[in-house]
Amino acid sequence: MTVLQTSRTDPTPPARKGRRRATALSGTDRIVLLLMVGVPTLLHVALVWVPTLSSVLLSFTSWDGIGDLDQITFVGTRNYVDIFTAYPRFWPAVQHNLIWLAFLILLPTSFGLLLAVLLDRQLKFTRIYQSVLYLPVVLALAMVGFIWQLMYEPNLGLVNNVLGIAQSSPVDWLGDSDINIYAVLIAAGWKHTGYVMLLYLAGLKSFDPSLKEAAALDGANGWQTFWKVTFPVLKPINVIVLVITVIEGLRAFDIVYAINRGRNGLELVSVLITDNIIGESSRIGWGSALAVILLVISLGFIITYLVQVFRREERT
Amino acid sequence: MTTTLDRPPVNTPGAGEREKKTARLRASRIALHTFLIAVCLVWLAPLLWTVFASLRTYEDTAANGYFSLPSELTLSNFGKAWETADLPNYFWNTLVITIPAVIVTLLFSSFVAFGVTRFSFRFNLALLMLFTAGNLLPQQVIITPLYRLFRLIPVPEWINYKETLLDTQLGLILIHIAFQIGFCTFVLSNYMKTIPNELTEAARVDGAGVLRQYWQVILPLCRPALGALATLEFTWIYNDFFWAIVLIQTGDKMPITSALSNLRGQFFTDYNLLAAGSLLVAIPCLVVFFALQRQFVGGLTLGSTKG
Repeated sequence: MTVLQTSRTDPTPPARKGRRRATALSGTDRIVLLLMVGVPTLLHVALVWVPTLSSVLLSFTSWDGIGDLDQITFVGTRNYVDIFTAYPRFWPAVQHNLIWLAFLILLPTSFGLLLAVLLDRQLKFTRIYQSVLYLPVVLALAMVGFIWQLMYEPNLGLVNNVLGIAQSSPVDWLGDSDINIYAVLIAAGWKHTGYVMLLYLAGLKSFDPSLKEAAALDGANGWQTFWKVTFPVLKPINVIVLVITVIEGLRAFDIVYAINRGRNGLELVSVLITDNIIGESSRIGWGSALAVILLVISLGFIITYLVQVFRREERT
Repeated sequence: MTTTLDRPPVNTPGAGEREKKTARLRASRIALHTFLIAVCLVWLAPLLWTVFASLRTYEDTAANGYFSLPSELTLSNFGKAWETADLPNYFWNTLVITIPAVIVTLLFSSFVAFGVTRFSFRFNLALLMLFTAGNLLPQQVIITPLYRLFRLIPVPEWINYKETLLDTQLGLILIHIAFQIGFCTFVLSNYMKTIPNELTEAARVDGAGVLRQYWQVILPLCRPALGALATLEFTWIYNDFFWAIVLIQTGDKMPITSALSNLRGQFFTDYNLLAAGSLLVAIPCLVVFFALQRQFVGGLTLGSTKG
């Protein structure tokens, strides 16, 4: 927010909080207002929340999607039981999603924080460094997939050539199902690090420098200042970075689909859901049950995010 | 920002010690720059490698390999990729989808943000939370019923000869709007809250209706936020891959980012051509990066930190 607020030309003081006068609205005004809020809300609810709730309902039914709606039959939790016990692609996909989450949280996030802390000071060329590091953020994840395919090409790609194994014993980074998930994660991390760095840089910018100064006067070294002063103050940003990272991890789809349609070691829950629609078999109840599993996992984080964001809202 | 830190400490140490300190500081600065330059080079490597491959001829790389000094550099791969894969058609599709989606998203979300910040209903906060939560859902959660829904919604034949919303660019525009208004409403309502109520009150006393208060008082003040959001939304919708892969079935109707995976193998047969094609598709994003950096970064951090 800071970025924009400072760039605003008119210096209007912030509104006093919590003071809203009872406004008597005329009849037309009331209708206009109702339409202004109602139409977008209706569109959002109809295309986002109605399908979400339908997913939950449909997950307890069986329907091949071809017949009429009255062919839907209630099957209880059978879809879930089948997915957990008899679907060979499910657990590997869950495992890959977990690896994905753990990796994103551990590496790009901490590296992004480190870069933000290093760059948030008076340093020559800091703008240039920042720009280079966030360049991948503007690229589509699918595009990141294409670009890294060129990097990982066994004989022609840069990686094997730099390692000097392109001719002798090339590693097939994306084709070997034991390692390809990590190879893809490096590509995903290439984009995610810049994003995290930007979020932390914005957080550090609103950080009161006198705090750091006080710590320095008290004889704290850089390391102590960071852990005892800066990091605790960044807590709200930490929560947001964590939630964004988790949501990104659960949404992950584009990059694996662009590389090999999410097969051969790159299965993810999102890929299984998509395969169920545009792939070989179209089983609505089944696909919905997979979606609900994803929904339940993400809801916990979405609620954390809402609490964090809207609690601050009430304070300001 | 931290200039005060460079002031000498209160108990000025002896000159020799100070010199030692500056020397140590300089050494750590050099180490820092070395580290940052190294990281930046690694960061740029994938893009530079793609550019390098796209500029070389097939004959050159076939004879010498890619990890070699080029015998000649050429731009012909770009022209070839542009023509053989019919890229203008896909760029046009993207434009037809992205422009209306961004405009309507901003219009709708500013409506809602205006409504919830200027007037109090009973459900203000609940409404905002609904929008914010909706934007955070993984797309795959809603895709299965959405796909069915789109198949059931009829459209006139001139939009789609199959007469369903599925496989139309209109459907894609609608889902982009529905999904993205969540984020924009959240950001814009935070922004509008900083505008004093007295402004709209005064306009109201002067007899301005709700629409005029919105259009002539609030919206002009939101221009910076709208600019940032427009940049960000353009990038996101341009970069969309998932919605188009599922909701568009006819290859010719796909927007460019999703089309690329079909074009690969079919038209982009060699590595150099693929590199050139990928770069062409990335150009609008790179324009955003170079020309609208401030807006993009501003928009991205807008949702996470509030001043």
